Parts: sequence; structure tokens; C-alpha cells
Amino acid sequence: MSSLFASKPSKPELSSDPEMVVSVQNVSITYRTTFERVPTFKNAIVRFGRGEHAVRNIHAVDGVSFDVKVGTSLGIVGSNGAGKSTLMRAMAGILPPTSGRIEVNGRISTLLSLGVGFNANLSGRENVILGLLASGLSRRAVLERAEEVADFAELEDFIDAPMRTYSSGMYSRLAFSVAVNMDPDILMIDEALSAGDASFKGKAGAKMAELRASSRAMFLVSHSSSAIKEMCNDAIWLHKGKLMMRGEPEEVCETYERFANVGEKAFVLEDF
Amino acid sequence: MSTVSAVSVGEDENEFTTIHHVYEPHRAGLPPVMPYFRELWRRREFATEASKSDMKAANSLTVFGQLWLIMNPLLLAAVYYLLVNVIAGGKHRGWDYFAHLTAGLFTFYLVSGSMSTGASSVVGGGKLLMNMSFPRLLLPLSAVRTAFFRFLPTMPVYLVFHLLAGNPLSWRTLTALPFLAMLIGFSAGLAAFFGALQVYFRDTTAFMPYFVRIWLYLSPVIWLISDVPKRMAPFVHFNPIYPMLGGFTEALVQGRVPGWHLWLEGTVFSIVVFVVGSLFFMSREREFAVRL
Repeated sequence: MSSLFASKPSKPELSSDPEMVVSVQNVSITYRTTFERVPTFKNAIVRFGRGEHAVRNIHAVDGVSFDVKVGTSLGIVGSNGAGKSTLMRAMAGILPPTSGRIEVNGRISTLLSLGVGFNANLSGRENVILGLLASGLSRRAVLERAEEVADFAELEDFIDAPMRTYSSGMYSRLAFSVAVNMDPDILMIDEALSAGDASFKGKAGAKMAELRASSRAMFLVSHSSSAIKEMCNDAIWLHKGKLMMRGEPEEVCETYERFANVGEKAFVLEDF
Repeated sequence: MSTVSAVSVGEDENEFTTIHHVYEPHRAGLPPVMPYFRELWRRREFATEASKSDMKAANSLTVFGQLWLIMNPLLLAAVYYLLVNVIAGGKHRGWDYFAHLTAGLFTFYLVSGSMSTGASSVVGGGKLLMNMSFPRLLLPLSAVRTAFFRFLPTMPVYLVFHLLAGNPLSWRTLTALPFLAMLIGFSAGLAAFFGALQVYFRDTTAFMPYFVRIWLYLSPVIWLISDVPKRMAPFVHFNPIYPMLGGFTEALVQGRVPGWHLWLEGTVFSIVVFVVGSLFFMSREREFAVRL
């Protein structure tokens, strides 16, 4: 396996390099989390009485380095628990690295899995406005942008209904619309591209192609090799937190699939 | 490309800026405090909007919603009035005492309301936390704003009892305002502290009503400062809400300028609780994304 290692020792990149969009320098991420589904005082006291520990350390990313230049769309492949999502979160500034350094040059828009930041009791429009305000836009810009997002999502009257009334397709359509209408320099998408019905899918595909051309870089986490091959011009493979390989999407996907011992067929089911 | 770098040169570099970011491990677990608060201030509209939509979702902005906000503490005031005056055969009679009771209770509810909505603010905002990078302190602060806007409509109600009791209104009443500011800072610290605690112990909000009830009985709401027996007098100063609430009600209800020790103690407690609460929150906030 060692022959597949492509992670070169990182050289400190100058922040003034205009070609550099994201520079991940020897980043490791370890976090503590708990076994418990719902951590409570009660359980903590009971556990303390028994001398048990429910907290464990998770080494999600381990010494990963790579640089991404302008115009790259980077596909990230790897099995479940390989640290793909954690790495994306770290690049988006949501999780701090435990060691190493991440430098990002550009405005990031994330479309990460595990539900988008929506409060089900508020209307779609209110959620969009809140999300945009949290991202640091001014109020005036937000109201304009919210209108664009609403138009793009084509939810019509539902945009002002509480989000608990939405179907899952409407949910993901809105999430997708928020992410792509942020006018991002860097777009990060985490397995969240199954947005809506056939007509919306066509529109989403067109928007993605447009963004790929206009944004500075794009990151795509997917289990679907076809999506990676189609949309990316560069790819990395993570396994158990380590960077195994970097190269052409075709090559990386093929190696990963051979490694995971599954054929192309297993991935075709998951459409983009 | 030059436009991008031109913007990034003009901006201060910190983890929330929208153009250039450097993410590194934190020393001492705290993000750089000044840039953090600058970003916090820049996004204050998020806190405002979050609080507004929360209140809207809870119907607090409708007529009956507003009415309920007044009815709830008013009924409680009636309960305590019955308890103290009728059942315990207390010595307090009339509107005078009722005015004191409502002022104290309404204000106490500002603090306890911030605490309980603040405690659930982080866990409630979970999905936003997992997808976006922003100063998390906005969430408990938004809860404090909600509590404050629930407190505001109760003040005209208090004014009715104030006038019925024949209490004075003068410029001295205005000295209640600095005490209100102290109470808000205090509430913000508590909201941040309990908001972070709730992430680690989800039953915090379940314990809170008991804690709040006991605290209420230990605070000068049902009893007057003049009721405190001599041997207990030194202990009331250990209650951090005592100088703030005591000073606030003294100025508002009795129209007297509170004594200097109340100003001093109140300011110190307010600042200490705010600083400790928000620093605790900030030292923990980067972990929230993996704990939710």
C-alpha cells in the first residue's frame, strides 16, 4: 500500500500566492466524543459511580497535506468513517484542526450532509435569511439573496410555510439553492446532490457546471465514482484519516474501488 | 484575482472573515477575543433575526401571545400574594406589596427566561452549527434578546400597580436603568454558561426549574430587604442577583437611589458572570459541532 502514498511533505505555502485556494498543511484532527446517545448528568453520575468512561478520542484525520489551486474541482473518495466530512468541516472552519494548519483563500459555501442548518418550525424563507445572516452578509444583501434562493428552489407558496411541512425533496432543493446562490469562491458539497425531481436535477446540473466555471475551487465528497469522474479534475482518496492517493479522478477512483473490493456497479445506484 | 487579494488586505485576518482564513489549533482553547467580538458585532443582525423568528414561531408577537406573556407572571404574582398574605398571614398588605412583588417577579423572569432559553439555544441551533462557521455566542445572546422582549410588555402592567400603590415617579426612578443593564449582562453570562453546559449534559434544562425556584425564594422578590433577620443579613450578599434585583426594585418601586454598595456589588457580579460565562462558552464552542 505504501507505494500508493502520494502525500508529499508539505512545504509552507505563501499566503500571498494568488493561485493557492486551499492549503492543508499536515493537518490532524482528533476529537472527543461520547458513546451515549443523549449525554446527561444522571448517566455521568452513574458512570462515575461505576468508574466507567464514555468519552473516547476519535482520530478522524491524520497528518493530511495537500494544496488546491485555482480552477480545481477536487473529488474526495473513501469509505465511511475515512474522515472526508471531518476534513471538509475543518476546511470550512467549523472544526478546528488539532495540529497543523489550514489556509483558505476565498468565500466558502458548504452543502454538507446531515441536514442543512434548518429549524423545522420556521418557514423556508426565515431559515434562508438566518443562514445568510450567520454567514456574515448584511441585511440588505440578505433580503435580495433570499429572493434569488426562493426563486431558484421553485417552492412557490411553500417557501413561507414552516419547514416541517416540506417533503424531503423540497428540503434538499432549498438546501441546494442556498449553497449555490451564495456566490461562493469555494463550494463544498458533501453527498448532498440528490436534489429533487428530474426537472430540478437538470437545473441543478446546469448550475453546478456554471459554478465549476466561475468559482475558484470546488470540493465534492461522494460515494458515486461516476459523479467524481464527471465533475472533478483532481481527486484524493482518504482511508482511516490518512491521505492514500492523489491524482486523476479516473485513476484514484479505480484504485479506491479495487482497494474496497467493489465493482463500479455498487456506485452506479447512487446517482448524482 | 487581484480584487480578491485587495479585499483580503483591507480586512483584519481572523477565523470568521469572509475572504482569507487561517485555521490553526487554539492556544489555551480560546479564539482571539478581540476579533471574535468584532465578528460577533458584525453579525448582530443574525441574533436579532433569530430571536424575532423564535418569538414569531412561539406566537409571541400576536395579541394573545403578548397577553399570555403578561398573564403568566401576573398569575404567579397572584399565587405568591395569596401564599404570603392569606395563607401565611403575612404582615404585607395592599398594593404597595403587590407592586414590589410584580416588579421583582417580572425582572426575575427576565433572568430565568434568559437562562432557560439560553440553555436550549445551542442544542436547538444544532444543525446550523454543524454546517456553518460563525461566532456561536450569537445563539445565547439571541436568547437574551428574546427574554428581554418578553420582559418589556410586562413593564406597563407593573406601572399600573405602581400607580395603584401610589408610589412616586421621579428622576430617581431612572437609576433603575443601570441596574437593568447589569441584569442583562448577568443574564447573558448565565445564558452562555448554561447553553454550553446543555451540550454536555442534556438534562440541564430538566434540573433548571428546581434551581430557579429555589433561587427565587432566596432573592428579594417575595420578601423585602427589610424583612431579612439580622443574623441572616450577611448571607444575602452571596446571592449574585441580590444587589442587581435589590437595586432595581428599590429605584423602580420606591423611587430611591440605591446605596453605593449595591452599585458596586451589582457591577462586579454582572461583569464577572458575563466574562466567565462567555469565556467558558467560547473555550468550548469549537467542540460543539462534534458533540451535537
